[in-house]
Amino acid sequence: MAVHQIHTEHTDSETGKLGMWIFLFTELFLFGGLFLVYSIFRAKYSAEFHVAAGELNAFIGTLNTVFLLVSSMTVAMALAAMQKGDRRLTLFLLMVTIILAALFILNKYFEWSHKFEYGIYPGSPVLKNMPHGELLFFGLYYMMTGLHALHVLIGMVLLSITTVRVRARRINSTRYLMLENSALYWHLVDLIWIFLFPLLYLIT
Amino acid sequence: MKQDEKHISSYSSLAVVLTILLVLTTISVLATGFHLGPFTVVLALVIASTKVFIVLTQFMHLKFENLFLRLAVTGVFVLFALVVIITFVDYYFR
Amino acid sequence: MASETQVSYLEYQGRHKGIWSWLLSTDHKRIGLLYLYAVIVFFFIAAFLGLLMRIELIAPGRTIMEPQTYNGLFTIHGIIMIFVIVIPGLATIFGNFFLPILIGARDVAFPRLNLFSWYLYILGALLGVASQFMKSGPPDTGWTFYVPYSVESSTSVIWALTAAFILGFSSILTGLNFIVTIHRMRAPGMKWMRMPLFPWALYATAWIQVLATPIIGITLMMVIAERVLNIGFFDPALGGDPVLFQHLFWIYSHPAVYIMILPAMGVVTEIFPTFSQKPVFGYGAIVLSSLAIAFVGYFVWGHHMFTAGMSYSARWFFSFLTFIVAIPSAIKVFNWISTMYGGSIDLKPPLLYAISFIFLFMIGGFTGLVLGSLATNVQTHDTAFVVAHFHYIIFGGMGFAFFAAIHYWFPKMFGRMYNNKVANIAWGFNFVGFNLLYFPLFIIGLQGMPRRAYDYLPQFHTGHFLSTIGAFILFAGLILMVYNLIVAARRGVKAPANPWHGVTLEWKIPSPPPHENFEEIPEITSKPYFFGKKEETK
Repeated sequence: MAVHQIHTEHTDSETGKLGMWIFLFTELFLFGGLFLVYSIFRAKYSAEFHVAAGELNAFIGTLNTVFLLVSSMTVAMALAAMQKGDRRLTLFLLMVTIILAALFILNKYFEWSHKFEYGIYPGSPVLKNMPHGELLFFGLYYMMTGLHALHVLIGMVLLSITTVRVRARRINSTRYLMLENSALYWHLVDLIWIFLFPLLYLIT
Repeated sequence: MKQDEKHISSYSSLAVVLTILLVLTTISVLATGFHLGPFTVVLALVIASTKVFIVLTQFMHLKFENLFLRLAVTGVFVLFALVVIITFVDYYFR
Repeated sequence: MASETQVSYLEYQGRHKGIWSWLLSTDHKRIGLLYLYAVIVFFFIAAFLGLLMRIELIAPGRTIMEPQTYNGLFTIHGIIMIFVIVIPGLATIFGNFFLPILIGARDVAFPRLNLFSWYLYILGALLGVASQFMKSGPPDTGWTFYVPYSVESSTSVIWALTAAFILGFSSILTGLNFIVTIHRMRAPGMKWMRMPLFPWALYATAWIQVLATPIIGITLMMVIAERVLNIGFFDPALGGDPVLFQHLFWIYSHPAVYIMILPAMGVVTEIFPTFSQKPVFGYGAIVLSSLAIAFVGYFVWGHHMFTAGMSYSARWFFSFLTFIVAIPSAIKVFNWISTMYGGSIDLKPPLLYAISFIFLFMIGGFTGLVLGSLATNVQTHDTAFVVAHFHYIIFGGMGFAFFAAIHYWFPKMFGRMYNNKVANIAWGFNFVGFNLLYFPLFIIGLQGMPRRAYDYLPQFHTGHFLSTIGAFILFAGLILMVYNLIVAARRGVKAPANPWHGVTLEWKIPSPPPHENFEEIPEITSKPYFFGKKEETK
């Protein structure tokens, strides 16, 4: 492996990017713990998971999936636009990404409040009367989508800061590490949802 | 690894990638309509893994990154899979 | 002609003045010292709590405290020792201080992130201490937080869980920093196989920090979810499985012990060549065995759970892998001894501690095999035998390696020499005290003395009595050792750049190092541990 020692900005950006990738590994393992719990209980209570998943709204889930997939494209395009020096386009694409993220959160809010109305939340009397597998399914549903939503919010904050810096030209066609790293973080948020979506919504 | 060599994705290639992802999502959703029994899990995971692979290699640019990073990402997924499998050695054989 | 870069790092005044030039410093050497001071303080707090436990156990029945207090003590003793001292200790102190220097860099890859890691560490440590003073009383679950008790206990468990979570996050960020530093900041000519072995050890450790710690993070969050939301994952009444908690907990906590021991092995690997004036025997084998330990160490976690109710296949699998993972450690022992063989031995305190490390670590290691074997585990699980085993490995291993490291690098870090005679006397107290404290626990453990037990049957009295005497001797040794070093830091004889005739990069710069480490980044043209004898450079 070649050795780099010249401390130029270019070297620093490769360094910064490697740092972000390693951070993404930690996020994968963080969610991984929940996926492990899911897989154990899915194997044990497959029929009840099947029933409980029927309570989820697959349409909203699919819509959210589309939002995130499109937002991954728009943020990747934003990076390409910045690399080509098209500041206006970069800003536009970043805003679209953030709006899609906000729509995701909005959807999640409606989804959750709808469930709360039906008394489906951890520790509720409704849940206590359910068969064990269904109870555990909803526990996993809330914890996994909740942790994921938190990461969507963090991603939105990162992207917003990035947008401000692009506007201020502190991020430009030769210095765009923060944009690249925020985009990577955003793709991770998308990745996790790509696994969550079928495991929670599509096992009916 | 000079900056000038940096690969910049074209907008059209990114749009194509999105289209593929949306198609795979559609297949995944429609497949729940069919009665595949235990294979629904398998199919869902296969499609999800394919989508993840596409996002990693195209959107996250892994296809154009250095070998170490590609190995590391692969290693992370392999390690996680092993941990899950070993845990199942307990549960499955109880 | 002292340029700005040649001012000692201890004296350097940058943007900030006074105490702020320390608390806001992004200099890896100062951050290393910040960690050192914190570790010393928290170590003595936790050691004192351990001493209180030993006083209680000197005789059957109540000695100085109630059972509930005892349970709180062994919990916080474990939490502090594991999460605040042993997991971070060597890497954050000596790793931070010496990793950049050993690879010919001016600092780590992300200096500000490094400082942030320290603040997270302090926050986590303080939250852990705070858990002792909350209204609901100190946690009494043990540092392992097993369910169902960690969910049912009315004590301030959530404070402790949060403290551990934050400390874990600090560990992750340090590991991330070190991986990127090693990948990106080695000096020109320093190929991977020319890197010294302490950085290699830190590299293997950093991967474990990064890939294992998140699991404990999410697991602790699940316990909080159980307590607060009744989420059910670990509750059989709701369909959950308490053993699943144990799986998740040990999936991190077993690799965590390799986070503890790998840097320790790295340190002694630096010490043996220097005090034998001979290259390390089997450099490649040490590299490979470090990576092998890190990798295989992921797959043995179930050996903490042999009596918990796992399937026979799982028990068989984990026992087998446990025996496998012992092999790379044995390879290292062979290499260390071979390094010394035929060398010009200088029995200074660092080497004395390093040799003790081998002895104590091996006792810990062999007794680990007793625990790792399914049949004997039934007899020894949850007894004082386990307590003795892990103290030999962690304290005898990582602890003594830590003492070796501080005695080795002290002249470089502080520019002064300590009193050798006092250091040796302290070693004597430490070594004798340590063995008297822990060896009897093997015996009474085999005879049936349970661990975490406040009271015991009269037949175990002698063993406990001897053990408590040992604790006092050890404590005296520790105080003498630290006192000797503190006095030296203030008014010790000035140390030369290379008091031990070492050949790695830290000995080529002044003692203490200047602010930016190197006047000029060196160019590396030979293997490490080149003692300039018959060896040809490669």
